[in-house]
Amino acid sequence: MQKMPKKYYAFFTLPTIIAFIVAFFIPFLLGIYLTFNTFTTVTNAKWAGVSNYVRAFTENNYFLNATIFTVKFALVSVVLINVFAFGLALLLTRKMRGENGFRTVFFMPNLIGGIVLGYIWLLIINGILINFGVDITYSAKYGFWGLVVVANWQMVGYMMIIYIAGILAIPPELMEAAKIDGANSWQTLKSITIPLVMPAITICTFLTLANSFKLFDQNLSLTAGAPGRASAMLALDIYNTFYGRVGFEGVGQAKAMVFTIFVALIVLLQLRFSRTRELES
Amino acid sequence: MNAKQNLQNNVTFVLILILAVLFLSPIFIVLMNSFKGRFFISDTPFALPNAQTFVGLENYTSGIVKTGFIPALGYSLFITVFSVAAIVLFTSMTAWCITRVKSKLSTFIYYLLIFSMIVPFQMVMFTMSKMANILHLDNPVGIIVLYLGFGAGLAVFIFSGFIKSIPLEVEEAATIDGCNPIQTFFLIVFPMLRPIAITVAILNAMWIWNDYLLPYLVIGSNYKTIPIAVQYLQGGYGSKDMGAMMALLVLAIIPIVIFYLVLQKYIIQGVAAGAVKG
Repeated sequence: MQKMPKKYYAFFTLPTIIAFIVAFFIPFLLGIYLTFNTFTTVTNAKWAGVSNYVRAFTENNYFLNATIFTVKFALVSVVLINVFAFGLALLLTRKMRGENGFRTVFFMPNLIGGIVLGYIWLLIINGILINFGVDITYSAKYGFWGLVVVANWQMVGYMMIIYIAGILAIPPELMEAAKIDGANSWQTLKSITIPLVMPAITICTFLTLANSFKLFDQNLSLTAGAPGRASAMLALDIYNTFYGRVGFEGVGQAKAMVFTIFVALIVLLQLRFSRTRELES
Repeated sequence: MNAKQNLQNNVTFVLILILAVLFLSPIFIVLMNSFKGRFFISDTPFALPNAQTFVGLENYTSGIVKTGFIPALGYSLFITVFSVAAIVLFTSMTAWCITRVKSKLSTFIYYLLIFSMIVPFQMVMFTMSKMANILHLDNPVGIIVLYLGFGAGLAVFIFSGFIKSIPLEVEEAATIDGCNPIQTFFLIVFPMLRPIAITVAILNAMWIWNDYLLPYLVIGSNYKTIPIAVQYLQGGYGSKDMGAMMALLVLAIIPIVIFYLVLQKYIIQGVAAGAVKG
């Protein structure tokens, strides 16, 4: 169908488009405009040039700290989550009994929301730390590793599912041929499994990277940024800037814009990556 | 060789079994603590309840009363069910229309929706919640519109990918038989979208059920969903009631576990399918 009468086109697209314009499009454009204003609600905006952006970085070092904390957290999480998920996927694709049950178990934490996850682990981490006379708010280091644990618990199962799909798609003939040629399991892994699941590795790497970067709920419930704001990641810092103190809304919006650019860069990088791979194959 | 492989498999099995038990232990620890008195939780979370610390269902009753858990469960269910229904219905219509009608407008709509997937929520949260106030969308019905708008990007993307793989002939035959586009879509196309519609429904249900920030900002002062109720207990005034917190965590997990056990097969398939595209 190349053409459709206008009234039908409107019938099919308008409900989504109207909701999209209200929920996303206008707030997004307005958001960009407001980064250049000072305001406390959207109706009392006053032009302020780029001062919000300057203030985001100079007023205090919260945003810079949050950026460093987030980058470190994302790097550590991406590596650990993918190593664990890939390892589990390897173990669970050996035609062993109970594999389906295990997959079910490892995936389950992914369905639990970030707020609930954070409080579950707050109990456990504080329960361990109390033996040393401290709790998670004692140092940002504890918060950091606590968040790494929570992120792993939540995302490992999800990535494992994607890796399992990738491993099961490898033609069994290849594995057999390798066996006949006398390859040991390390050689098979290095020369067959890893190269053939490379697309899944790319997907999972960027998925964990984007998710780690945007983490909010877990951060709010596990540490709420404590001690002070030392364990606040970017999303939480932006939230605190908006709603913590009146007069900083513009700064919050500018930080959100910078955050958006960070996330967009990750996505662009991913597109580049998958394009090159498609061209190669 | 066979005996060696058997042994290896058994060792792996035991190893994974231990891992799986460890993986689930946090949930059991919370469950166990939900039956202990509120002052016995933080200090000794790994101790089993005993005659001194066991309080029966006291934490559950106080947790339910303090946070209004019953209405919260109602709001969460209502918002999730109707938002997911709206997303599946309206975005499949949109995706079909802009995939089949090849025009500049269709392409523009498609890329605009895709673009919204990249933008993090923090970019629009302030302006969006003000907008929701002005338009009176700050109630459990109005929030459905917001979820449709936010969910549109991923849903249209997934539906479009699937629709491209459906042969045109069936729809053309329907048109020749005198179906108008609305009849063609609902009688012919929509039933064929079933498998991918399940994927879209599951991905969105997981997101909306667990979503905290959007409902908190838009309706949180008047209507608490489950994540808001949990967070409210933490952020509340005075000393924190750990007993009620444990009970509420258990209550928040139960619906998810039921949902998972019933729809397990679809959830795991849906996640794999959705991830490859996202």
